[in-house]
Amino acid sequence: MTPKKNNIALFFKQLPKNIFSGFVVSLIALPLGLGLAMASDAPAIAGVITAIVGGVIVSILGGSHVTITGPGNGLVGVTLVAITALGLEGAFAAIICSGVLIMLLGFLRMGNLADFFPSSAIQGMLAAIGLIILGKQFHIMFGHKITRDNTIDYLVEIPFTINDALHYENTGLIYAAIAGLISLAIMIFYPKLRNKYWHLIPAPMWIVVLSIGFSYYFELALHQDNPIAKEYMIPAIPTFAEITTQLPKISFAKIGSLAFWGSVLSLTLIASIESLLSIKAVDKLDPERRRSNVNRDLKALGLATIGSGFVGGLNVVTVIARSSVNVNNGGSNRSSNFSHAFFLVIFIVVFSSQLTRIPLPALMAILVYTGYKLASPDLIKKIFSVGKEQLIIFFVTLLITLKFGLILGITAGVITTIIIHFIINKNVTLFLRHWIKPNVLMFKEDDDKSNYYVSVKHFCTFANFYRLKQKLNAISTDNDVIVDFSMCDFVDHTVMENLNNYQSAFTKSGGHFDIVGLDMHDADSKHPFALRKIVAVPTLFGYNLTKRQENLETIAKDYNLIYSADKNKNTVFLDPFLFFKTKQPNYIYNELEDVNANFKLFDIEFSEGEFIAKEVVRTSMLHIDLNETIPVFSLDRETIMDKVYAIAGFTDINFDDHQDFSKRFHLVGENIVDIKAFFTNELIHFFECNPYYHIESNGSSLLIFSKQRLASTKEIKALLDFGKRLKVVIPKTH
Amino acid sequence: MTNKNFKTIGIGVAFSPNLKANLYEAARLSLFFESKLVLIHVGEKSDEKEQQILEIIKPFIQDNLNYDLVFKTGNPVDVILSVSEEKKVDLLILGALQKENFVQYYLGTIARKITRQANCSILLLIKPSVERIPCKHIVVNGLDNPKTKQAITTAYYMSHKLQSKKITIVEEITKQEVAVSVDDDKSLRKSDIIKARLKMREDSRVHQIISEIPEDYKAQIITKTQSIFGKRGYSIGHYAQFVRADLLVMNAPSKTSFWDRLFPHDIEYILSELPTDVLIIQ
Repeated sequence: MTPKKNNIALFFKQLPKNIFSGFVVSLIALPLGLGLAMASDAPAIAGVITAIVGGVIVSILGGSHVTITGPGNGLVGVTLVAITALGLEGAFAAIICSGVLIMLLGFLRMGNLADFFPSSAIQGMLAAIGLIILGKQFHIMFGHKITRDNTIDYLVEIPFTINDALHYENTGLIYAAIAGLISLAIMIFYPKLRNKYWHLIPAPMWIVVLSIGFSYYFELALHQDNPIAKEYMIPAIPTFAEITTQLPKISFAKIGSLAFWGSVLSLTLIASIESLLSIKAVDKLDPERRRSNVNRDLKALGLATIGSGFVGGLNVVTVIARSSVNVNNGGSNRSSNFSHAFFLVIFIVVFSSQLTRIPLPALMAILVYTGYKLASPDLIKKIFSVGKEQLIIFFVTLLITLKFGLILGITAGVITTIIIHFIINKNVTLFLRHWIKPNVLMFKEDDDKSNYYVSVKHFCTFANFYRLKQKLNAISTDNDVIVDFSMCDFVDHTVMENLNNYQSAFTKSGGHFDIVGLDMHDADSKHPFALRKIVAVPTLFGYNLTKRQENLETIAKDYNLIYSADKNKNTVFLDPFLFFKTKQPNYIYNELEDVNANFKLFDIEFSEGEFIAKEVVRTSMLHIDLNETIPVFSLDRETIMDKVYAIAGFTDINFDDHQDFSKRFHLVGENIVDIKAFFTNELIHFFECNPYYHIESNGSSLLIFSKQRLASTKEIKALLDFGKRLKVVIPKTH
Repeated sequence: MTNKNFKTIGIGVAFSPNLKANLYEAARLSLFFESKLVLIHVGEKSDEKEQQILEIIKPFIQDNLNYDLVFKTGNPVDVILSVSEEKKVDLLILGALQKENFVQYYLGTIARKITRQANCSILLLIKPSVERIPCKHIVVNGLDNPKTKQAITTAYYMSHKLQSKKITIVEEITKQEVAVSVDDDKSLRKSDIIKARLKMREDSRVHQIISEIPEDYKAQIITKTQSIFGKRGYSIGHYAQFVRADLLVMNAPSKTSFWDRLFPHDIEYILSELPTDVLIIQ
């Protein structure tokens, strides 16, 4: 173990980066917090209070590393029900009680709670939550506030609202609808515009900035009132002094009623499931591959929820989109969560009166987009590709959640899954007889390789996956693991999906994770989940080549390269590069490779971030295997952004005798002495008189690319040429 | 008890399709161990039955099998137990039933009751066969228990007599022993250290036992120790099934009460799901 003093030094070294990323996150957290609270029928400021209390308490007491906490989108539906049934004062009491329960879950070590639900049922529940958010806010986005009893009615009336909006005569409403639509467009097109300056501010903050600017334009330049109808503006936000001095009234009057405890249970269930799923997903993004202590995090979230309830906030949960933004901006420990809360306090102190200039439709557009992302057609397509039966589970959960609420919805999802398992196996006793049996055996093989061998018996589904998970969690991810299902009659989709996550976690930390013994099931054809998970490799370009691909084929001929258009999921060689620490390569395709496999040019699809902050990027890259050791570094054009980053602790390596190079290029790396030795005069002159490329070394190979989009054939030729010439000037170490 | 060998072997005789195979296995073992075979039939004595049984074991009688045929009426469990005690049987052989899917074996209710109540060692056969199937690999538990020494010694004795080639001594390490729940990287490291320490401790304890076993038993037998992580009593069966062992040797449980059957552990797991032939050492 590293000595403690080192940790403190490291903490302070990383602090500027964390403060910076906390600042970026707070830019998203502010509009989201306001919007989520408004959508739950709570005062707008409640969402920001939640984020502040959560950020402070969880960052100090929590057990995860790069997560951000605050108001969650999953809770909008339940909070809304709680406020409608109990009133605001009663709802605060319910929130406090749910905080106690969440804390209790943490103390009872129930951090694996989310594992007991089939993944398709959870997907269905999240999609239902998405539709609840989308259904209700869509109308407000169009300046057409309506109140209905049933969530399905909101969805059904969407076409009528659009129709109404086309025939508005009140200019206030027209402006409101336009504000909503423009905001929605910003949310949709934000990831598609890959521009550094545009991406300096997160999409939700653009909406805030533009709408406040718009309001000032009318006030200061045109000397008119804001043209958007008054009732579609954010209602007055209390000043910081008012928030701290006037605590909300909390009423425990309804504590004896069924509705109260129903709300408490739903809040607890959704808050803990959303947090646990988010923590799991964020751990996958953590560049340092640390594991979160979920039980400790649950305790902290519970305590934060209690605190938040007392000062007029909502449930504190771990949120995926904000956390992924945190990771992408260099957040590396919990101080970024704290600083996000700190910046929110500053925003409220300084700008609280400005926030009333934001039109509601603009804010709700953010939520509509969030809701759409939770229930997007892509998700349904993905579930369908896993299996038709998963779609049944998904839709049963979705519809029952919409119609009867979350608790019944998730229960129905679990029951449907169990029944489907019975039907598929045509066997009930398999499950009943073996459910309580400790069906997982783990041992370390005694031969020289010392693999961990995990053998699973009988069946392995969501109902008993926790046993397997317990064993797998006890293995550190740099080991070799073999999971054997040959004694197992049935493996379900939830398990396969989770094992897939383990597989990538092990691969990323240099271990191996193999699943064996499913081939027999193949022949059985009794195991559609397992089957489809393993076999499904869609042939995207199998049928015919595009024009670009034909050109690539010609280039391959001209340069004596081997061309392959197929999707290749083997992207392990990219993992050691700094660039891919926070990005997930999905696959590479259109590969051009030389005979020795040292030179490889390819198109790649990778994704960064999660959920609404998720961006899928396709670009072309050149990978050169040097077969020798060089220092690890990353070189790029120096921009104003880098100067901003430099303040936040990303240091640039400069050369005193190469002023031009130092000014124009941004060079980073751990081992400064080696890097300075590696960059010889010849190499620096080469960079100075050639076009800019982003160049990265992982210690033995180089990764070269320019734009974050696919390269044209001409650019590909240039890239190939650049790579070849670069390889010549690279100093030989021996 | 220092039974280095089994002096008297008992078997319940029921006229089932498995009769011949069961009797062949029992008689063969008696010859191997040079012990007396007590054949117990629950029911009226008749010449016809006696003739039928003797006809089956005739080849063994020619090889000087020392046997005793007992007929007694009454409750099968009580009869077999009382006769075993009377005749000083120290190894009782019971046949298991095979399930419809031909993969799993389980014990009938009578065999189960006998197993729980018997004061002698029990051998549960899952696949008795007329032809001798050589026993190649024996798995034995290495629990930290006073009876373990006996079990391991017997395992060596058995493999010596049956000319089996390999013995694996399994040390089961339970979650309770590790006593650190893995939450994050720090607790994971801690649990890894504890596990390594436990493994070393178990290994040295088992090696101590092995060193006390007579050399001629150990000759030509490959000994392996293996620590496994799982539920005590259940996972060893899982392991035996996984390595396709021919015989699993286990300690008899200290006591079984009503609660043990309700919340199965140790031996009860094995009885519900026989992985291979099981020898329970009393």
